[in-house]
Amino acid sequence: MNPVSTHAAHGWRRLRGEPASRALLALLLVLALGCVFHSDGAFFKAGTHRDALRQASVYGILACGMTLVIISGGIDLAVGSVLALAAVLFSLTTIHWGWSPWLAIPFVLTVGAACGLASGGVAAGWRIQPFIATLAMMVFARGLAKTVSGGMKVSTAVQQADGAYRYVDVPGVFRGIDSRVLGGNLSVVTLILAVCVAVGWVLLARHRWGRQLYAIGGNEEAARLSGVPVTRTKLFAYVASGLFAAVAGLCQAAQEQQGDPEAGIGYELTAIAIVVMGGTSLMGGRGGMGLTLLGMLTIGYLEKILSLNAVPEASRLMLTGVIIVLAVLAQRRRRG
Amino acid sequence: MSATASMPRCEDRAGAVRVLARLSGITKRFGPVTVLEGVDLEVRAGEVHILAGENGAGKSTLIKILGGVHADFEGTIEVDGRPVRPASPLAAAALGVVVIFQELSLVPAMTVTDNIFLGRPRTRAGFVDDARQRAEAREILDRLGIDLEVDRRVEELPIAQQQLTEIAKALAQEARVIVMDEPTSALNAPEVAKLFTLIRQLKERGCGIVYITHKMEEIAAVADRITVLRDGRLVGTAPAVALPPGRLIQWMVGRELGEQFPRHDVTPGAERLRLERFSVPDPQQPGAFRVRDVSLTLRAGEILGIAGLQGSGASDLLLGLFGAHGRRVQGGVRLDGEPFAPRHPTASITRGIALLTNDRKASGLVLPLSIAANTTLADLPALSPGGWRRPARERRVTEAHGRRLNLRAAGIEQEVGSLSGGNQQKVVLAKWLQTRPRLLLLDEPTRGVDVGAKREIYALLDALTAEGIAILLITSELPELLALADRILVLHRGRATAEFPRGEASAEGVLQAAMGQSPVDRS
Repeated sequence: MNPVSTHAAHGWRRLRGEPASRALLALLLVLALGCVFHSDGAFFKAGTHRDALRQASVYGILACGMTLVIISGGIDLAVGSVLALAAVLFSLTTIHWGWSPWLAIPFVLTVGAACGLASGGVAAGWRIQPFIATLAMMVFARGLAKTVSGGMKVSTAVQQADGAYRYVDVPGVFRGIDSRVLGGNLSVVTLILAVCVAVGWVLLARHRWGRQLYAIGGNEEAARLSGVPVTRTKLFAYVASGLFAAVAGLCQAAQEQQGDPEAGIGYELTAIAIVVMGGTSLMGGRGGMGLTLLGMLTIGYLEKILSLNAVPEASRLMLTGVIIVLAVLAQRRRRG
Repeated sequence: MSATASMPRCEDRAGAVRVLARLSGITKRFGPVTVLEGVDLEVRAGEVHILAGENGAGKSTLIKILGGVHADFEGTIEVDGRPVRPASPLAAAALGVVVIFQELSLVPAMTVTDNIFLGRPRTRAGFVDDARQRAEAREILDRLGIDLEVDRRVEELPIAQQQLTEIAKALAQEARVIVMDEPTSALNAPEVAKLFTLIRQLKERGCGIVYITHKMEEIAAVADRITVLRDGRLVGTAPAVALPPGRLIQWMVGRELGEQFPRHDVTPGAERLRLERFSVPDPQQPGAFRVRDVSLTLRAGEILGIAGLQGSGASDLLLGLFGAHGRRVQGGVRLDGEPFAPRHPTASITRGIALLTNDRKASGLVLPLSIAANTTLADLPALSPGGWRRPARERRVTEAHGRRLNLRAAGIEQEVGSLSGGNQQKVVLAKWLQTRPRLLLLDEPTRGVDVGAKREIYALLDALTAEGIAILLITSELPELLALADRILVLHRGRATAEFPRGEASAEGVLQAAMGQSPVDRS
């Protein structure tokens, strides 16, 4: 094979054309924005960055699973509802039923994975469009969360047999997840996000399954004729997405100290925005976990900078919408 | 060129030949590949003009240019004596030129009426005038003697009626030049007869019809004049009466077999593959078969060529054998003497079968992925023991295949979508060689590949058979088939019609059998 062209300008242009460079550029622009509008130096405080990361973590964890599904050429709209279901179940089992976290956490994760298995089975096995299959799960899981919780927030106010409410302690596991490490400079949820990104990255970049997922997203028929177990591979992406959504639900419950059946509404769209912002293609076959991390940081910091500067939420939403379009426009691949 | 006696009506009415459309010096290139060079075609009022040629001769490209699908070409088109350059099918239709492609361009979920007026609706005050459209649709269909419910949705109709809808649509656009690309491929005998009646009516109305077909009996039934293309060049145009089947085939084939096919004498080894009454049902039409009762044997180190024109079922034979049609296939398969039931590509790959499909972009390559990712895709289970990939090992094997196949690329991380056709095909070959196949199923391995890469692929196939690999080869290029294949099996409409050993095969004989010309000699 001929050697790679070593011409410097060519190399630079190539680098600039890489999705990773472009996602990084978007992040740097947002950070530069923060340096300019630093709100009396607030942007330069460590606590600001810790909070920015903490606030973005739940979305980021959802985006990890979303990345896997999108690379396979699908979409998962159910993650917000699965998050709510997980939060409700986690609160119910630990606060009300007094389960040990060693039992509650595996249980909640299993339920999340089961949701993914169901929607993935419908999408991959029965070949129903992923949009529809996961939309159905989105509605179903929301209903299940409301059923399990009786339609109310599952909090530390536990109703007694005589109808009176008694407040119980917040479980230790909630406090643990919502705490900080490294001298108060890093939230535990951010650490959990880092683990999720790492696991997702290893699966995508280093495991056979990840390569097969890219192949399916890039050309399902070619993948099938190359011996890739298409159904199983896709199914696993949805299971992973359900699992990540359940992890996000654990974090959400711990941070709010309750399980809200209405939690996570619209989160699936933020997760998709993060993935797209990073440069992963909605057509499938292109993208990666590193890109999603960059996309998450970009959106997370953007939110933080806007709120630091006391931009009202209404304007913030509009600005975010505009910026998503601009970022995706900038990332559009130029076809030769 | 004078008008012939085969078009009396046209002459009677007009007194002279009226040219509806004239294409001159049409040249079309796709990247480095020239698919048409200096082709002329003249369509006259009231004639059926057959466009003939082997697969890949350039017929489809020519009618796509006429129909405004390929706007980027060299040469001139005149319609009614005025130079035109249709930039889209809609623009061509406005000029009165409508192409009916094999893949029909109907919207399945819309009604017959809506389809007939698609793109140029009858409107009143800016809104679609349904009542008028329906009335006009009925009128057109009545005039053609077509019995079709105008309010039925197209997807509910059998293929034949869909085809009639397409013709009605062409007439609604007041088309005078109507191009039909193998219109009978999905029709049964009575439907074909109906279509021919319709064609006769269109002729009488002064339309010019360009008709592409591979079937001799259809040429005999409808042809007024015939134009033959070969390798993208014009062989000639002649009145149908001056071109009997033997002569026509000669025109289509007439080529010297070059020296560029290196094929060594082989001593075939043990029997690698045996098919006994192998059939592949048509997944779209219950009860119909794409391949019917084909029996063959293939020995190690041998290349068995499969010849067949469009609709012969040759590709489905390979797909069925590879397990891409699932468990539906019927008949006996023996691989290395042991029974083998095709059921899934994964299982076939582990048994040492590899399939190079005839469309590398649609089903061969994952275009957004790198050369390395594509090369290792089919062999990932072996290359990643325990599930974990070994990037260094993948790089090593990819580079080894790249060197052997003389792959030209910036590096093994280059996206295959950005490679040339020849290099893309080499990546597909590398992917299958990596699985260490014992039986290679090759469907058009040199399609859309430049001459240099073709020669390299020929040399590779020869070398592979020397290693004991058995090859089933489909190619629509007859010289290639005759030179590479040790034996040739000819399919026509899913059935084997002839088998020629090397030396006894001639281009004429193969083409005759492929066009369903009887009698055929079974050797």
